[in-house]
Amino acid sequence: MAKYLLKLYITGKTARSDRAIHTLKKICAKELGNEYELNIIDVLESPQEAEDDKVLATPTLIKSLPAPIKRIIGDLTDIEKVLIGLDLVKNA
Amino acid sequence: MNEKINSIKKLQTGIPGFDHVSKGGLPINRTTLLSGSAGSAKTVFATQFLAEGISQFNQNGVFITFEEPIEDIRKNMLSFGWPIEKWEKENKWAFVDASPQPNEAYVVTGDYDLGALLARIENAVKKTSAKRLSMDSIGAIFTQFTDTFIVRSELFRIAYALKKMNVTSLMTAERIDEYGEIARFGVEEFVTDNVVILRNILEDEKRRRTIEILKYRGTNHQKGEYPFSISHESGLIIIPLSAIELKQKSSNIRITSGSQELDEMCNGGFFRDSIILVSGATGTGKTLMATEFMEGGTSKKERSLLFAFEESREQLFRNASGWGIDFERAEKDGLLKVVCEYPEVTGLEDHLIKMKEIIEEYKPQRVAVDSLSALERVSTLKSFREFIIGLTSFIKHKEIAGLFTSTTTSLMGGSSITEGHISTITDSIILLRYVEAYGEMRRGLTVLKMRGSKHNKDIKELTIDENGMHIGKPFRNVSGIISGNPHLVLRGEVDRLDDLFNKET
Repeated sequence: MAKYLLKLYITGKTARSDRAIHTLKKICAKELGNEYELNIIDVLESPQEAEDDKVLATPTLIKSLPAPIKRIIGDLTDIEKVLIGLDLVKNA
Repeated sequence: MNEKINSIKKLQTGIPGFDHVSKGGLPINRTTLLSGSAGSAKTVFATQFLAEGISQFNQNGVFITFEEPIEDIRKNMLSFGWPIEKWEKENKWAFVDASPQPNEAYVVTGDYDLGALLARIENAVKKTSAKRLSMDSIGAIFTQFTDTFIVRSELFRIAYALKKMNVTSLMTAERIDEYGEIARFGVEEFVTDNVVILRNILEDEKRRRTIEILKYRGTNHQKGEYPFSISHESGLIIIPLSAIELKQKSSNIRITSGSQELDEMCNGGFFRDSIILVSGATGTGKTLMATEFMEGGTSKKERSLLFAFEESREQLFRNASGWGIDFERAEKDGLLKVVCEYPEVTGLEDHLIKMKEIIEEYKPQRVAVDSLSALERVSTLKSFREFIIGLTSFIKHKEIAGLFTSTTTSLMGGSSITEGHISTITDSIILLRYVEAYGEMRRGLTVLKMRGSKHNKDIKELTIDENGMHIGKPFRNVSGIISGNPHLVLRGEVDRLDDLFNKET
């Protein structure tokens, strides 16, 4: 299994940010085991990084590896959609 | 001016004409909505707002693009002479790229906000110490993020944050109808304070661009639509028509019309800062009068400028030499400038701007336009009227004498539409008419009106030879010349002639 490279953009320490981080960590542990690298970026601290990645909304999860690049927007509460976004669901 | 009314300060934009129409510029540290249909020059305006800030006021700017890729904006705006890339390197200009990224699909999995966009905007403003900001165009963000409620409240949050940062900003938005709802997606509901509308109207098969300040909360501005033009040297130029004030100085100094006999009829010549209209049918000698008017200037060592819209340079110079006037030498001496142009080349707004530029540059003491009718042909009634007002007030303001010719449609008598629009703002009107007498076509000239001076009221005979024009004796025994129905009136035959005409009609 290819290694996953993930970036999660959040704005400050809000309930929404916490929800997204919590959900993402749970999904990763369950679906990816140790085969992933996750970076959490607070746009208030590193706006330039958000600029470089052209992120508008928060939370935004970017999967840069494996290809193709995918963007997942929102607090990740719809787990079904998150899995589709991460290409973890085989389309039947 | 009442200080209380103007409690909201404005930021001078530097966009030609806009600061006049808006009575000072954009409300400072606030967000103004700039709404317009497709192709109404919103992006040019938004870019120029920043460009003028950098080049004129040393105020840096941030440009947020929701639609066009940055590379395209840099390239497109370079044609206006705005070196965005250079400014970026000098840290005077920063882009925030919020344009849709192709090949990157995304899914929405829950609640979100545009916190990253706001953080990026704040970052760019801080980085450049920007005083100005443009967002172009926010309609596109509503198509990127389909939850309009979130987008709306986030844009409101951004506008609020900009105010806190002391940044004066513009938000552009699309509208569908030229005269309908202000903008799509109900944008005006959250940036309600200031609304400027750009229009690009098709009128009689001609495009007409206008700008209107719809509202400025708590401060005043000029009302109504103002025409504007886009020039490739300087971007948008707004023509503030009704903003022109009637406060021209009036001069008592007379200048020669180029014809001694005409000067005598005018009680010593035209006034130095007056507008003279010469009206007549084709071939009555209008171009000749304009030519003599030029010659009158050059012979007194005055700089003279001729705008010709009917004849080419070669024709004009040949005609002049046929009347004993050497245009070529006058031009070599730097006393004359002849500008020939097809009226069809551009719209009237562009003609006006170009003519103003030439006048500013050449600084003539007298200007002739031959003829207004040729320009009228290529415009709508409204823009023609605006053109005339714009040009005459500009000329008067500069204390330049202006002579305009106008062609009447019928050979005998009659009036042209041109006169209807221009007669009240001209100071003098000279009529040239054909007179049929004894089976022969002759020309008549009369000074119909001369503001602020006595003048000769006769209708005199005008003859043209190799020395130019000559004004002869008055037509004493012909009447009905001006009405286009000349007839001889011989003593003792008056009654019989009256009967004759009654029978015929």
